[in-house]
Amino acid sequence: MTSKRSTATVATLDNGLEIILKPGHAAPVASFWIFYRVGSRNETPGLTGLSHWVEHMLFKGTARYPHGDFDRAVSRAGGMFNGMTWQDWTVYFETLPADRIALAIDVESDRMANAIFDPEETELERTVILSEREGSENNYFYRLQEDVQATAYTAHPYRHPVIGWKVDLHEITREDLYNHYRTYYTPSNAIAVATGDFDAAAMLDAITKQFGGLVSGPKPPVVRAREPEQQVERRVQLRGEDPTATYLQVFHTPAAKHPDFFPLVVLDSVLGGAKGMGLFGGSANNRSNRLYRTLVESQLAVDASSSYGPSVDPTLFSFSVTLAPATAHEAVEEAIWEMIGEVQRNGVTAAELARAIQQTKAQFAYSSESVTNQAYWLGFSEVVADLDWLDNWMARLAAVTSADVQRVAHHYLQPDRQTVGWYIPL
Amino acid sequence: MSSSQIPALNALPGPHSVARTVLDNGLVLLVRENRAAPVVTLQGSLSAGAQDEPANRAGLAAFTAAMLSRGSLHHDYSAFNEAVESVGGNLTFGADTHSTDFSLACLSEDFAGLVAVLADALRQPHFADEHVERVRQQRLVYIQERDQDTSSVASLHFHEMLYGRHHPYGRSTSGYLDTIGALTHNEVVEFHRGFYTPTSAAIVIAGDISAGAAKDLVERYFGDWRGPAPAPAAAAPRFLAVGKRDVVKMPGKVQSDLVIGAPGIARDHPDFYALRVANAILGQFGMMGRLGERVREEQGLAYYAYSGITAERAGGVWMAAAGVNPAHVEQAAASILAEFTALGSELVSPEELADSQAFLTGILPLTLETNDGVANALLGMEWYHLGLDYLQRYYDLIYSVTAEDVLRVAATYLSPERCCTVIAGPSSDGASDNSDN
Repeated sequence: MTSKRSTATVATLDNGLEIILKPGHAAPVASFWIFYRVGSRNETPGLTGLSHWVEHMLFKGTARYPHGDFDRAVSRAGGMFNGMTWQDWTVYFETLPADRIALAIDVESDRMANAIFDPEETELERTVILSEREGSENNYFYRLQEDVQATAYTAHPYRHPVIGWKVDLHEITREDLYNHYRTYYTPSNAIAVATGDFDAAAMLDAITKQFGGLVSGPKPPVVRAREPEQQVERRVQLRGEDPTATYLQVFHTPAAKHPDFFPLVVLDSVLGGAKGMGLFGGSANNRSNRLYRTLVESQLAVDASSSYGPSVDPTLFSFSVTLAPATAHEAVEEAIWEMIGEVQRNGVTAAELARAIQQTKAQFAYSSESVTNQAYWLGFSEVVADLDWLDNWMARLAAVTSADVQRVAHHYLQPDRQTVGWYIPL
Repeated sequence: MSSSQIPALNALPGPHSVARTVLDNGLVLLVRENRAAPVVTLQGSLSAGAQDEPANRAGLAAFTAAMLSRGSLHHDYSAFNEAVESVGGNLTFGADTHSTDFSLACLSEDFAGLVAVLADALRQPHFADEHVERVRQQRLVYIQERDQDTSSVASLHFHEMLYGRHHPYGRSTSGYLDTIGALTHNEVVEFHRGFYTPTSAAIVIAGDISAGAAKDLVERYFGDWRGPAPAPAAAAPRFLAVGKRDVVKMPGKVQSDLVIGAPGIARDHPDFYALRVANAILGQFGMMGRLGERVREEQGLAYYAYSGITAERAGGVWMAAAGVNPAHVEQAAASILAEFTALGSELVSPEELADSQAFLTGILPLTLETNDGVANALLGMEWYHLGLDYLQRYYDLIYSVTAEDVLRVAATYLSPERCCTVIAGPSSDGASDNSDN
């Protein structure tokens, strides 16, 4: 049974697997994704980093695709593949020449249930993940960001890094990983997304045939943790050998489905500029926004950005700054508060609202060129909200008024709701 | 496999779907129409690059390119920002060893207006003093950050070890604290005057526009541009080091980055396709080829291990890179060198060769999915004089490489006594310090 939404065809199998299909025939390629509703959000102290490590283990083989067979098969077919883990989701995808997309469906249905988790492979992957973490630790801004996050949240699992704390990565066992896999990797906790050059009915048949026989599985445990309202300002100071000073300031803000989400997206766009809709992209030209004018044009900083993204649970709105050599952190902080105060007093201009709309329109058009980007947006939208939320994105953005932006700036950007991190060169 | 067995060769951009025009001033225009989405991409290159700057002004070409978006005759700094950002467009400039590159992407309705902005920026930039100082401050901090990044430091030292800073392949195209600190406003103006020219420049337009309309636009905004004759291409580099090893100690770091490799070849060298296939086997195919398999999968030594080739107008490198715990550096380096040796001493199996050939050819539809991908491929074809039928010939070029070719190029270019090694990371490696850093 399928239904047609404006952007996609959706269906749900008897075992609970959600399916989202969006055919498009602009290029002879197709992309297939499986999103699992599991990420660092579902982890508990002592077992942080489980979701990401499980993701690595799904590249270590099944009986049908022993270690190395899967990646060789996709490469041989002229495809690309990856796995990614975030707070709210874990995802696997393959993008292939369209006539070879069946390979992706076969691989993903197989490893949803049959990954081996060989004990020896598990140990080898421990050092690989430690190496991944240590590569990030080479960067002081990464370390600052990790500590700011752990300070901003006191109770909610968004407080710990997706890759996990090093102490936990040393202790996690094969059984911990396998249990996590069996708990969350079920059809009823997953979403399959296909985009590109195929016929929707044939694609639905192929997915149903491969995934339909998998056992639904028990419902995974609900995440009950709620972050208590922050009532005191929090501060983190990190010192180190890198001579470049940086700054990170975060505020608690609501989740994707909250009515204030779209006013906050506009606030982010007005303050920090256009955001790309690609997997890893941002817009390259971003100098007319308020943050850039406040910090970079004034030569207090050489780089400044803001960020606010969709999530299942309440998240953080952030300002990141790379300071100019002679600048004190206090001066950056003062300038940001002056900028915030201006929006709180006077809202934003009609031209800024129009620009946010136009930039988003362009980003949607760019993103429509790539089946990989389209599938990513469809899948994560369904995880953090639903497809209507994505379909109505432009309309809801266009409905945001200056008064809305002024209100959310006033409500969420308050000193008592902030956590401020300074990286200070020794 | 011959090209007759490959379906849909006509689906790839080629002589039947790409319009090529040479303007009177020597600028080459390629256009590929694609009406799938209401967007247009433009990419282009001029023959003005780091090869044209003196070694003690390393970074001058990239600095000049960064200045182009900071105001020109008809669009001052804020007008440039407004024109691009109010419509959600992207318009960027950069420079590499042999080229100054520019890239524009926007909705098709905004394209004509932004081509005017692009042309003005390239032809009549202001180079205001105030902006020279701002860009200098930003780039100095960028360089300071780069010099804290272990993988960038390893790669920079590797290239410097091979070629020396006097050759453009041996130094950073972004420059250094002293070279960017020293360059003057006048040197930027003179670099633009002396090297920016339409002669031997190329522009590619792909997307929601007809070839005729694209040509009219480019004629209108670039047709009357005249410039100096392009500087001759840099001489092929002479490499300074073989079998050398260097350790760069970086306080405060946790992980080491490792680069091992050797001088490679220019893009027009007859061994290019053999190197491309051999490199795919070594450090690309599947989960990063044999290197990924041995270093990451079998020994768990690194999060990443791969190999890559660069092949430029006058030369290139073939190198492997990995990020490893300081305690594992020696084991990882030995494993990488062992794979170099194996590739140069034992013939690859027919299956392994066929796998990488299938990968290198099969991936074409993915790389050509978007207008950006198409423009990038066409620009490379024009820049290296590969011909409009290059993508149609590409299958044969890749499938003509034999197991013997792979063995020969690996033995020739990656012999262990030829390879140089650079390790950048925390000071606990146990290796000797590098005194010239």
